[in-house]
Amino acid sequence: MSETTAGAGPMIRVDGLHKSFGELEVLKGIDLAVDPGEVLCIIGPSGSGKSTLLRCINLLEQPTEGDVWVHGIKLTDQDVDIDRVRAHMGMVFQSFNLFPHLNATQNCMLGQTAVLGRSKAEAKRIAEHNLVKVGLFDRMDYFPAQLSGGQQQRVAIARALSMDPLLMLFDEPTSALDPELVGDVLSVMRQLADDGMTMVVVTHEMAFARDVADRVIFMDEGVIVEQGPAAQVIGAPTQERTQVFLQRVLDPTHVREIGELEPIDVAPAWTHA
Amino acid sequence: MTQPDHSAAAALTTPSPSSPLTGLDAVAARKGMSPRQKTLVVRIVQYVVFVGVVLAVVFTANWHQLGQVFARSDVLRITFTSTTDVTLGTSKHVINGLLLALCNTIVYSVGAFIIGLLLGTVLALMKLSSVGPYRWVATIYVELFRGLPALVVLLIFGMLPVAFPGLQFPLDPYGTVWLALGMVYAAYMSETIRAGIQAVPKGQIEAARTLGMPAGMATRRIVLPQAFRIITPPLTNDLVSLVKDSSLVYILGLTAQGFELTKFGRNLQNANANLTPIALAGLCYLVITVPLGFLVRHMENKSATRAGAR
Repeated sequence: MSETTAGAGPMIRVDGLHKSFGELEVLKGIDLAVDPGEVLCIIGPSGSGKSTLLRCINLLEQPTEGDVWVHGIKLTDQDVDIDRVRAHMGMVFQSFNLFPHLNATQNCMLGQTAVLGRSKAEAKRIAEHNLVKVGLFDRMDYFPAQLSGGQQQRVAIARALSMDPLLMLFDEPTSALDPELVGDVLSVMRQLADDGMTMVVVTHEMAFARDVADRVIFMDEGVIVEQGPAAQVIGAPTQERTQVFLQRVLDPTHVREIGELEPIDVAPAWTHA
Repeated sequence: MTQPDHSAAAALTTPSPSSPLTGLDAVAARKGMSPRQKTLVVRIVQYVVFVGVVLAVVFTANWHQLGQVFARSDVLRITFTSTTDVTLGTSKHVINGLLLALCNTIVYSVGAFIIGLLLGTVLALMKLSSVGPYRWVATIYVELFRGLPALVVLLIFGMLPVAFPGLQFPLDPYGTVWLALGMVYAAYMSETIRAGIQAVPKGQIEAARTLGMPAGMATRRIVLPQAFRIITPPLTNDLVSLVKDSSLVYILGLTAQGFELTKFGRNLQNANANLTPIALAGLCYLVITVPLGFLVRHMENKSATRAGAR
């Protein structure tokens, strides 16, 4: 296999990915390819392995078995300099993970100056450009604790964008937000998608997935159960597991009869703190 | 069972059970004083006792004798005006003895604190390392130096140049004190720093690594700055404690130029057969530690403002 085929082929390729935590096998053989500019949404119940899959793509979790390729570079190669590749993969976390001792602009600058070696002036310019882009031109010198959850998450997106990433990974970016703040973050993500960013989004926002995703993957118990265009997977799922999941997520107030309850309950989106 | 239930939810969903003690009934059913009146009486009793104790001390203490022992005016004058000859390189100076002792105390403590902080950080990182031998060495070090009395360590360091002829610590006696007390306090501080590092959320490291920072850079730029913010109060305790432990330096047999507050006070105490100099030296420690406490509280308030509502 060729080690570097940069530019050609998919942006992300995942081959036969397995991940176990001790005895627990979380990913049971995932094959996946994401094209440049594609927006892929991964949906599925808690514990289905979707976050782990995302974290395997930038090797925050070390795969137990299988290979991950990004931009033609085999990340699972022992000798690859993962830090250099990670500098070009943005990641946005559920809990924002902004650096609390730095203000919004400094949060967006640190990676640029420390990792990419940009000058302070250039880093500041790029940081401010991206903060404006996410609608925070008036919050640039605020510290994370002085910002709302939605604003923090938008700073986190600006921080990732400031590294000029080839692709962006989103790990349930709106799950920790108050409902009225979700929209701001989603519209920033929608804008990114429109700009042609390659995005992999683990989400419970079905409306976002339906409207923005080029492709939706439904995962359950460590495998990809169903995938295809958003309209198909969310609009007309063929697999029973997908149907059950979507019914519960799209109508969480649906009251089931006691007899309908299954022994293992699937947590709806709003239970994720 | 009809428990009085005041929750709004209960009131909304279930017809409120009639409480056995409502409104006027509660007043009528009361025996003796109300809770408010009881609190008032207890407080008045406390004030009376307090004033009584203060008056007893004021009227029974032998103020003249206390003044003669701890604040004799002629000894105070001697303590404040005593001078010490200081040789810096080739130049000789005459410096106020009390001021010099105060400065020496600060120099001994701050130097030891810096060494303790640096060494303590290294030890903390070693203890958190995935490399076994690092952890073992750090653990042994901490157990050893935390268990030894600081006085013993100082004595050993003071004797080393005698035991190994030719060995000379830089800036004697300062180098000796910095190293000895610094190594003892590094053991304490490493545990504090380790706790601080572990208190930084794992997501912080993940965010840093995701930006492409190598592990070492993430530790330096992201973890340590936050860890030190968390452990500022306990580290202040260590510094205050170190200021006081600098009094152990007397064991080294210093020249007058190296006297710190306690040694300075003791010498004048012996010379005048009076406790005034040592009492004054004691107060001088407060001159260092109290402003330090204010400074740290100010710093904490500043970072709390930054941290907003959190």
